[in-house]
Amino acid sequence: MNFLDFVVLIGSLVAIAAYGAWHTRRHRNLDHYLRGDESVGWLTIGISVAATQASAITFISTPGQGYESGLDFVQNYFGMPLALILIAAVFLPIYRRLNVYTAYEYLGRRFGARTRLLGAALFLLQRGLAAGITIYAPAIILSTVLGWNLGLTIVLSGLLVIVYTVAGGSQAVNLTQKWQMAVIFGGMLAAFAILLIKTPANLSDDFAIAGTFKKLNAVSFSLDPDRRYTFWSGLLGGFFLSLSYFGCDQSQVQRYLSGSSLRESRLGLMFNAVLKIPMQFFILFLGVMLFVFYQFEQPPIFFNQAAWHEAVQNDPGQKLQSIEQQFDTASARTTHDIREWLAARHTGNRAAAAIARAKARADEDGVIAIRAQAEKVMQQNDPGVKSNDADYVFVTFILNHLPHGLIGLLIAAFFAAALQSKSAELNALGATTTVDFYRHLFEREASDAHYVAASRWFTFFWGLVAIAFALFANLVENLIQAINIVGSVFYGVFLALFLVAFFVRRVSGKAVFWAALVAQSFVFILYFSLNISYLWYNLIGCAACVLLSMVIQLFLRPNTQAPEAGP
Amino acid sequence: MNLPEENASPPPPADHRNELTGLPGLRSWKHVYLFVFACFVLWVLLLLALTVSYS
Repeated sequence: MNFLDFVVLIGSLVAIAAYGAWHTRRHRNLDHYLRGDESVGWLTIGISVAATQASAITFISTPGQGYESGLDFVQNYFGMPLALILIAAVFLPIYRRLNVYTAYEYLGRRFGARTRLLGAALFLLQRGLAAGITIYAPAIILSTVLGWNLGLTIVLSGLLVIVYTVAGGSQAVNLTQKWQMAVIFGGMLAAFAILLIKTPANLSDDFAIAGTFKKLNAVSFSLDPDRRYTFWSGLLGGFFLSLSYFGCDQSQVQRYLSGSSLRESRLGLMFNAVLKIPMQFFILFLGVMLFVFYQFEQPPIFFNQAAWHEAVQNDPGQKLQSIEQQFDTASARTTHDIREWLAARHTGNRAAAAIARAKARADEDGVIAIRAQAEKVMQQNDPGVKSNDADYVFVTFILNHLPHGLIGLLIAAFFAAALQSKSAELNALGATTTVDFYRHLFEREASDAHYVAASRWFTFFWGLVAIAFALFANLVENLIQAINIVGSVFYGVFLALFLVAFFVRRVSGKAVFWAALVAQSFVFILYFSLNISYLWYNLIGCAACVLLSMVIQLFLRPNTQAPEAGP
Repeated sequence: MNLPEENASPPPPADHRNELTGLPGLRSWKHVYLFVFACFVLWVLLLLALTVSYS
């Protein structure tokens, strides 16, 4: 990066943050601070919901996933449109009718105070733990590639987001997210255009190459449970995951409750229901095009070059250097065979094209095997080495092949993505702590100004927790997976509280509260005694809590609580 | 622990405009949801066509 890149990077990030803080610096009351003003339209809500979900990892790692595995990850989002329709039709009208600030207030109206506190505590625990990752994950990648100090990168980006989120509240989050998304998609589209220009083959050849190497297999109806992404797992798993995330997680609920009317909130959700699949397709397709590009351009054996050079220096048998030479030769051979195949394809010589195509596929299998061998040697030499090389593919392309200025814009886009999801998380953590704990338990009769000040302090507190957690994150091995496990262990019961509230009207607060505690204990026992994929705990926790609450209710008096809260 | 529920802020007045979508051709929310579902089916079919064409 040169001076121009730094001007673009720092200028765009600071300008957006300053704009958000300045425009929203005066808040008359808690309603304005937590839900924004009355004029938030559906497009702002739609962008804000999308921005909250799309973290920096979405834009850094997803192209790498497209490069490595093709388009099949897009199936993960197949359940989302259906979940958003259900939320818009059932969840949202109830939230708005009850005029709540947080989703957990609804649990209070429906089941009583204990269940409300349980739901809010589950959210704070899970989102509070995840908060550090939103800053840490992109910082570790960008500081590795750019040679920046990791701690300084975390602290500066963390402080920037704290300043405008604390100052401007929910409206600042909405406002800045709009401009941050503009920077992100401006950068991504520019990178895509340059990628197309720099790839020597025409678009028809690009598709043929990607198809030959199985990068365009977007939909699979396979019933094989070992296959990670299929139409069925995406539709069912994605539906429940989206339902809990968009329907019960305050970081999302707060976004669409800031709409000026039910209509604006609903249209904001429908905007996401229509556009999320094509958006993910575009990001994955960018990765597929990176794969095609690197069929004509010599790729590095390991995109995380800092880790590679360190591994080569610490390789006593000099095996890695020899493997790198084999890799370079195999890559050059693949490029040669692809060129031969395309030449035969253009002249209409089908037999020659088929032979060259088969050779290119065999060459690529060899390239993959050599890469795997290199990773194995690196792991043998240093078991702690990070092997998630796909995260570095897009960043490497940006730094090596984009013009200066645009490099700064793309790095700004990654930081903007980190800031936009971070700001929504902090905003939600501050709101839940203020409304569901502080106002509810400790200070019931204070003025609005007092609650706004409290909300600011709690947002600031959670921002510091996130920075501290991010700074010490590298002490925990495989942290992202650890956070996902924590999320999955709690998310099932979390979702069940809301599903029972919305759809099982005869169940009382007492029944669901004890069912939640027993179901959560059951999930803990299973987690420590079984060895199954952690994703299953979402379904197990949810099903156990719903069923148990109905069984417990059979032994209690009929529910006479909160008649206004049912759907 | 048996906490009383706090007094809620009064719910906003019913707004009949919320029943209107304001979208040309999609007058009711049912139509909007059907449109969104149709878009989802269309995306899946397009992705399926891409998969079949280049597999």
